[in-house]
Amino acid sequence: MNIADTIMIFLILTNLSLLASSRLNACIKMVALQGILVGLLPLIAVKGPLTIYSYLLALLIIAVKGVIFPYLLKYTLRSVDVRREIEPFIGYGASIIIGVIALIISFWLSMHIPFPEKILSNSAPAVSFFTIFCGLFLIVSRVKALTQVMGYIVFENGIYIFGSALFIEQSFLVELGIILDVFVVVFIMGIMMFHISRAFDHIDTDKLGEAKSRDE
Amino acid sequence: MVLALLILVPAVGGLASFFVTQLFLRRTLLVLTAITNALLTAFCWFVRPEPILNGWISLDSAGLLFMTVSGILFLTASVYAIGYLAKEPKEQQDSDEGFFFKNTPENIFIACLQLFLSAMSLVCLSQHFGLLWVAIEATTLASAPLIYFHRHHRSLEATWKYVLICSVGIGLALLGTLILTVSASAIHNNLMISELMDNSQLINPQWLKAAFLLFLVGYGTKMGLAPLHTWLPAAHSESPSLVSALLSGALLNCSFLGILRIHQVCVYSGQSDFSCRLLIFFGIFSMAVAAIFIIAQKDFKRMLAYSSVEHMGILSLGVGLGGTGVFASMYHLVNHSMTKGMLFLAAGNIIAYYKTRTSTDVKGLLKRARATGILWVAGLFAIAGFPPFGLFVSEFTIFKTAFDQGHFFICTIFLFLLAIIFAGMAYVMLKMAQGENPDGIEKESPLMVVPPIILGIITLILGLHIPGFLNDILNEISIIFGAL
Repeated sequence: MNIADTIMIFLILTNLSLLASSRLNACIKMVALQGILVGLLPLIAVKGPLTIYSYLLALLIIAVKGVIFPYLLKYTLRSVDVRREIEPFIGYGASIIIGVIALIISFWLSMHIPFPEKILSNSAPAVSFFTIFCGLFLIVSRVKALTQVMGYIVFENGIYIFGSALFIEQSFLVELGIILDVFVVVFIMGIMMFHISRAFDHIDTDKLGEAKSRDE
Repeated sequence: MVLALLILVPAVGGLASFFVTQLFLRRTLLVLTAITNALLTAFCWFVRPEPILNGWISLDSAGLLFMTVSGILFLTASVYAIGYLAKEPKEQQDSDEGFFFKNTPENIFIACLQLFLSAMSLVCLSQHFGLLWVAIEATTLASAPLIYFHRHHRSLEATWKYVLICSVGIGLALLGTLILTVSASAIHNNLMISELMDNSQLINPQWLKAAFLLFLVGYGTKMGLAPLHTWLPAAHSESPSLVSALLSGALLNCSFLGILRIHQVCVYSGQSDFSCRLLIFFGIFSMAVAAIFIIAQKDFKRMLAYSSVEHMGILSLGVGLGGTGVFASMYHLVNHSMTKGMLFLAAGNIIAYYKTRTSTDVKGLLKRARATGILWVAGLFAIAGFPPFGLFVSEFTIFKTAFDQGHFFICTIFLFLLAIIFAGMAYVMLKMAQGENPDGIEKESPLMVVPPIILGIITLILGLHIPGFLNDILNEISIIFGAL
């Protein structure tokens, strides 16, 4: 079994454990692990020889997604004093079942899409669809703002995996720009979570509109 | 050189504003940046600047038009901002719920305004889809602190929704960009718009359609097309009015530019049927959703926000119809930005005087603040598409295009929805303007009245006569985007 397939399997496992876990600390660790795995992809998803840019990119992704994001999330977790995601919109058991169904659908989908000749591994496009789905699912089905931010990070990971799966080589500047943008998004969301916890004493996004809005 | 200045001047001004502590100096810096930007853009009308960065950043007709609109709006908004910020108290009481709140520190606000202008300029000047993505995401990031100016829980919710929904949407657009790369894998340097247009026969149609769909849904979220518009009413309602004016008049346009670029690729590679049909569908759907929510809308800024959704729908419809519809759509874009900017700035004045966003609490505007009252009533007729204002010309042309093409169903729905929206808005806005005024007459600061008047005069002139230079550039854009 080659290294690409191994990484894909670990990615599936991180996604499923994110869907299953209510302990926010554990979720942050999974997001960190997923970030490191995604950071290894520039080193194996190259058409030609490895250039200095591939190493730089891998280093950057591991640093940002594997170290900086988890640190930001942990810092926010400590300052808002929340431990667990309690009573999400979709329960944890149901989440895992939905996740497995989504995985099956992702594989089915990727078998029926005519990809260009060279793809990273047979499972890579499916894993990218699955990761995107898990990210969106976390945003939609969870209540805590922190989990929604993690959902966004997972969503962006999924998009990056798709790029790697199809050997899409972007200019280094564009990759840099994308990573920078995602970093600033998460940073801004972190600042906002801090403000939310100060204004509300919680970070439940379903209770943000406490004064009911006029038409919805 | 000029292009680099267009992007760097606001960026540097913005970063500098973070550190300037003197109030007067900071506000002057804002206006100086706006004036410099306007002058540079005006220069580009006479002398088209050379592309830089290997053609990644280059000015074409569409970019020039969008930049001009943003530039004019930003100039008026920054002059308005001086008056607005002077009036904002250190701590104030919320009119709806009664709690006390503070504002964001002014240096962050002024800095982010300029960074926002810089990001929007980058969007207009990008000729590479990857760079376009980075720029559009940057506009989201620069505008988030602007929405969170009044620091309370409602604006926090609005900003959270804005950042999350728009970032997810733009993420989908990133997936679309990657799929576009796959569709154009036979082309070297395959995210440059010029390369894609020159080699359009090498693009795989199936993948291109998938890319277009993702672009439409992704950038359409940012543009405010229904059903992806859910962040729009809250963000426009809670942010300061000049920020709402910039969001409606400039930001939504720049996101539309993203959709137009991929539509351009579709047209050149023969997939225009697919893209046009989707644009028409989203256009009509946006108008319908806006019509439903405008009726009996109590918050007049929310009402203006839904009006923006409606007009974005009209833009999409016009481009989808093709032919003269594209010309009309671009003309509509210019007029809508001017009119909506005027309305939001006038709304800002109303909130400053009456301290409420509820329309039923506002009475006797024409008597209390004559200039704002006149702007408000004129704005109603302008935004609803009455002659002699500019929106009449564009809406009529779109109607005529649909009629000539035989889309009678679209014509009927178009007129029906416009009528509903006019009725809904007129009922609210006229009631606010008329009536007795128990409180005294407001002394209106010229800084807060002259900018919207200028915007109103521009749209009035454009309704009576299309200047030659504007006509030429609109023709150029129509040819690129499918009036073939």
